[in-house]
Amino acid sequence: MNRSIDYAKKNIRRTPYQAIAASMVMFMTFFALLTFSILALGFQSALQFFESKPQVIAFFKEGTTQRDVSALENALKQEPTVSNVKYVSKEDALAIYHEKNKDDPALLELVTPDILPSSLEISAKNPEDLSSLAQILKKEPAIDDVIVPEDVVQTLASVTRVIRVVGISTVGFLLIFAALVILMVTGFKIRLKRNEIEIMRLIGASPSFIRTPFILEGVFYGVTGALVAWVFSYTLIWYFTPFMQGFIKEIGFLPIDPILMLILLGISLIISIFVGMLGSYGAVRRYLKI
Amino acid sequence: MITFENVNKKFGSTQALDDVSFEIKQGEFVFIVGPSGAGKSTLLKIITREALPNSGKILVGNQDITKMKTNDIPKLRRKIGFVFQDFKLLDDRTVFENVALTLEVLGKSDEEISKMVEHTLKLVEIWPQRNLFPRQLSGGEAQRSAIARAVVSKPDIVLADEPTGDLDPKTAWGVIQLLNEINSWGTSVIMATHNQEIVNTLKRRVLILKNGKITSDTKEGRYEVK
Repeated sequence: MNRSIDYAKKNIRRTPYQAIAASMVMFMTFFALLTFSILALGFQSALQFFESKPQVIAFFKEGTTQRDVSALENALKQEPTVSNVKYVSKEDALAIYHEKNKDDPALLELVTPDILPSSLEISAKNPEDLSSLAQILKKEPAIDDVIVPEDVVQTLASVTRVIRVVGISTVGFLLIFAALVILMVTGFKIRLKRNEIEIMRLIGASPSFIRTPFILEGVFYGVTGALVAWVFSYTLIWYFTPFMQGFIKEIGFLPIDPILMLILLGISLIISIFVGMLGSYGAVRRYLKI
Repeated sequence: MITFENVNKKFGSTQALDDVSFEIKQGEFVFIVGPSGAGKSTLLKIITREALPNSGKILVGNQDITKMKTNDIPKLRRKIGFVFQDFKLLDDRTVFENVALTLEVLGKSDEEISKMVEHTLKLVEIWPQRNLFPRQLSGGEAQRSAIARAVVSKPDIVLADEPTGDLDPKTAWGVIQLLNEINSWGTSVIMATHNQEIVNTLKRRVLILKNGKITSDTKEGRYEVK
């Protein structure tokens, strides 16, 4: 094996431009793979974040008794479509208002608990049930108004789906393209080394002794491309994290978990080894007749 | 050592070997002679299993190589050193690296390779040229390098296909003397040639091939081109 590694190293050193070209194609492929993976994971986190938020808010009329509130809260908890119900009193509402406007004292001065209504925050198990829940609540005599926030969840769900589909298609296409480039580069090298292969055969080299350096070369291109793409992606994320955090602070996806990045590196390396081997093995099967 | 029994080989409609039978013992020096196209190279290729006969039996050692599995061919070739008319040295490797290639294939360690290559290059008298590339060598030096590559692993048999074909007479004699010396170590040498001066001077066994048939097999034979 050491000898095969030596031969592979020599092959790479002797044709540096092909090595760079093959590694760059692999880099592009794995950069796309990492970009789409991180985007999909980010959107998934955002989706989970919004799913955990109340999806319907029902405001009580002024003068509603605690008994009416409890009756409605209990009735909602019995509903199979409801996942969570939370009562927000006038005092809680004021606290939330204060928290959200703490940087603007002018807005805080005139607001007292009396002018804020108490409410129920309801989450549905399935976003499709939100409108029927809102309709039921609107008919309740104690309810003054029902708000169904803009359907962020459904939008995010469809964006995540699109990213997955586009990502898988693009990365799939690039992986096939990368395997074909490695096949061509390895095939070209096999043709270039025809004499050497012929001599090796005649002096008793086993087929695996002749083939292994070519296969290792393909693996090298794959691993190099994947590693550089990972370092590049991580550097970009690290650089843009402070800027992005301002927009998506609450979602909690950034700063990205290093463990997640290590898992992505592991997955990229496994795929790169597979693609590198597939391309070079294809070339060896096609062009190296021993 | 090597036994051919009623061996036939056809390339399309051309009969390259026609019912060829002979036996070569360990340590013999045998010339295979005949005009171009007589079947000399085919015979050597069959011994290394580069070509497979259409019929007949071929024993190398005790093994019938016509029934040998493809996976076992490299093992057969490791017992045989091959010297070519055009040297077949790798242009991007030095003399030392070209000779070391044989031992790398055998899985020898770097230390063993260094010792064995040095010993062999000194024997064939091209140690001073060890760091030169093939394009920097004379014809004689290149052929000595090729012979070193063929014998560095101490094979049982050395096959030489027209090894003096591209060399001037003086250099050719140097190569023949080297092959003769290798034979004196107990290695069988089988040399295909049509150089009658070499054959007649050396007075070794001569197998004459014509149109794929053996027409003569004589100890201390001679070869006359008619």
